[in-house]
Amino acid sequence: MEKTLYTITVYTENFVGLLNQITIIFTRRQINIESLTVSKSSIPGIHKFTITAETDLEMVKKVVKQIEKRIDVLKAFYHTDDDVIYQEVALYKIGAEAMLDNPEIESIVRKYNARILEVNRSYGVLELSGHTEDTQELFERLKEFHVLQFVRSGRIAITKSTVERLSDFLAEMEARNPEHQCEK
Amino acid sequence: MCSLIEENVNTIFGYPGGQIITVFDALYSYRDSFQYILTRHEQGAIHAAQGYARVSGDTGVVIVTSGPGATNVITGLADAMLDSTPLVVITGQVGASLLGSDAFQETDVIGVTQPITKWSYQIRKASEIPWAVARAFYIAREGRPGPVVLDLTKDAQSEMVEFSYKKCIFIRSYQPYPELQPENIAQAAEMINKAKRPMALVGQGVLLGHAEEELKAFLTKADIPAGSTLLGLSALSSDFSLYKGLLGMHGNLGPNKKTAECDVLIAIGMRFDDRVTGDLKKYAKQAKVIHFDIDTSEIDKNVKTSVAVLGNAKETLPAVTELLQPARHTAWIQSFEACEKEEMERVIIPEIMPIAGPITMGEVVNRVSEATNHEAILVTDVGQNQMIAARYFKFSRSRSMITSGGLGTMGFGLPASIGAALGAPERRVCFFTGDGGIQMTLQELGTIMQYKIPVKIIILNNNFLGMVRQWQELFYRERYSSTPMNNPDFPKIAEAYGIAGKKVTKREDLDDAIEEMLKDNKAYLLEVEVEENGMVYPMIPAGTSVDQIILGD
Repeated sequence: MEKTLYTITVYTENFVGLLNQITIIFTRRQINIESLTVSKSSIPGIHKFTITAETDLEMVKKVVKQIEKRIDVLKAFYHTDDDVIYQEVALYKIGAEAMLDNPEIESIVRKYNARILEVNRSYGVLELSGHTEDTQELFERLKEFHVLQFVRSGRIAITKSTVERLSDFLAEMEARNPEHQCEK
Repeated sequence: MCSLIEENVNTIFGYPGGQIITVFDALYSYRDSFQYILTRHEQGAIHAAQGYARVSGDTGVVIVTSGPGATNVITGLADAMLDSTPLVVITGQVGASLLGSDAFQETDVIGVTQPITKWSYQIRKASEIPWAVARAFYIAREGRPGPVVLDLTKDAQSEMVEFSYKKCIFIRSYQPYPELQPENIAQAAEMINKAKRPMALVGQGVLLGHAEEELKAFLTKADIPAGSTLLGLSALSSDFSLYKGLLGMHGNLGPNKKTAECDVLIAIGMRFDDRVTGDLKKYAKQAKVIHFDIDTSEIDKNVKTSVAVLGNAKETLPAVTELLQPARHTAWIQSFEACEKEEMERVIIPEIMPIAGPITMGEVVNRVSEATNHEAILVTDVGQNQMIAARYFKFSRSRSMITSGGLGTMGFGLPASIGAALGAPERRVCFFTGDGGIQMTLQELGTIMQYKIPVKIIILNNNFLGMVRQWQELFYRERYSSTPMNNPDFPKIAEAYGIAGKKVTKREDLDDAIEEMLKDNKAYLLEVEVEENGMVYPMIPAGTSVDQIILGD
């Protein structure tokens, strides 16, 4: 089966150990997680995981079902790159000398629309948001100036769909049994 | 303790230790409220709780200590997870301030148990106990059942709080029963109505959902023959006219062969385990597949379905039955007879009624089943004893087959039979095991002695790890690596525990020995010396399909 990079988004309750519960589902099936971002979601008390992994459609469907099967997971979805608007952030640290002595840097910053976050006596830090290819391209371009540190965040993504499936799901679940909730 | 009373727990299995001593101290005050069973090993406690849960349908409860106590229940957790058995296992844990410090008897219980439990949660404050216990029982029991671990820190055990309990009846992130989908129900019914050669596969979901009667009505109305998975056994009584036998690697010829001939395959509460399907590329390719299951993640996991009917079989089966047109598939059903006849002549008669030679495993199982009027609960260990017992024991009542199916845990049987006897005190429990499996949890004879558990233990002794030996004979050029066993005198061991016993080596002594074993309601150990090179047939070798079945004659 053909492998595609899927973005898997998972909404969970805020309990200790959920990250482990989710990652072992990938590990057990020998799927390498390419990137992972976890943060609080817009809904209080609910956390959002954004995971990217390369696998085939059949497997990603099974993985999402297995993730959703975990008790404290509210909902999980999978998307292809076409379904989502996504972004990553990269930071590049370059020695002050290289930064100041090379006029090319200016044109590179301009061309890539990078931001300069910091310049001091020892080093400068650039920032670029974009897709992996964009941030990688800038890294390749800056290599000749000796990049001291390079770091890229995991992917964050929002769906292009006009249906907010999580909110719908929550409303549906609340309607199911609003009076007798088993919460702390 | 109050939380456990709220959940109507009356039997607890366990083993005390340093980090759970406070709970056991409380248990002492409540010793009139619970029947407490001290096993001889934590693994024994959890397998006993599994046996208890499987016969009674209630959630099994286990209390053990931290560290080694907790790691000793791991096998049982994995087993209960695969076989969908509801358990609440409470493990002691070091005090919250010591967590992560490699304290004495500290293990990362949550980390270790997450992959093999339905839910595991660490309780660090006494105030969380009622909430967590309520949630644990709800999760273990509702939907597709499974094991839950509560890791209880020492300080949470000793803290004092005002007790107030609220039963859990809803968790917003967990939907135990998928909503019925009328469309799929209609589609399934239509497909069955059009079928010329329908066949049903019955799994444990029917037993877990208490849907035995609903299943019968469904099969009868549309005249559908049915095979059973190992864990689905006893959902239909053995003499039910549409019941055609056991599925899978060592199952009956009819249901296995007909899986490859039917036009509509109806799976009910089963998960297409590889021991049932063999090579998936060749499995039931000609058939449309209807899959009834409560667990969404089972749909399309192994076998692609045409229609999925999600929900509890107790509700989905009648919903489909209502839309069925009464049908007769007489010729199709009669076509099973040729397989039955062939299997009877080539496999069954030689196995259960041999004329000469050493005693066979099949004849022992058959005679015990007959002597108990096919009414007993069958508990097995794992291996040849399990397959032969599953093939030749007959069932007239539901929830009568307790065995480790998914995990295949040797040593499961003896403690599980203790739990089964406690979970169904009015019924007789016959436990078949091998000389290997009984020795894995032999210490539980002590539990049988202490609590006078009336289990009938039948050891089919071939002085070999028989199932591995069978594979070695068939597929490993008869290189019997690590399978021959020098065994102790089993009845003498039983005698040391005050359990009556006997060893039988001759066919003519077998009936009398069985009669003696069954004459009263006390524990008994019957060791039967069976043929060393006994084989379980038919056999569909692993990873192949029914066309490569070996009949062994």
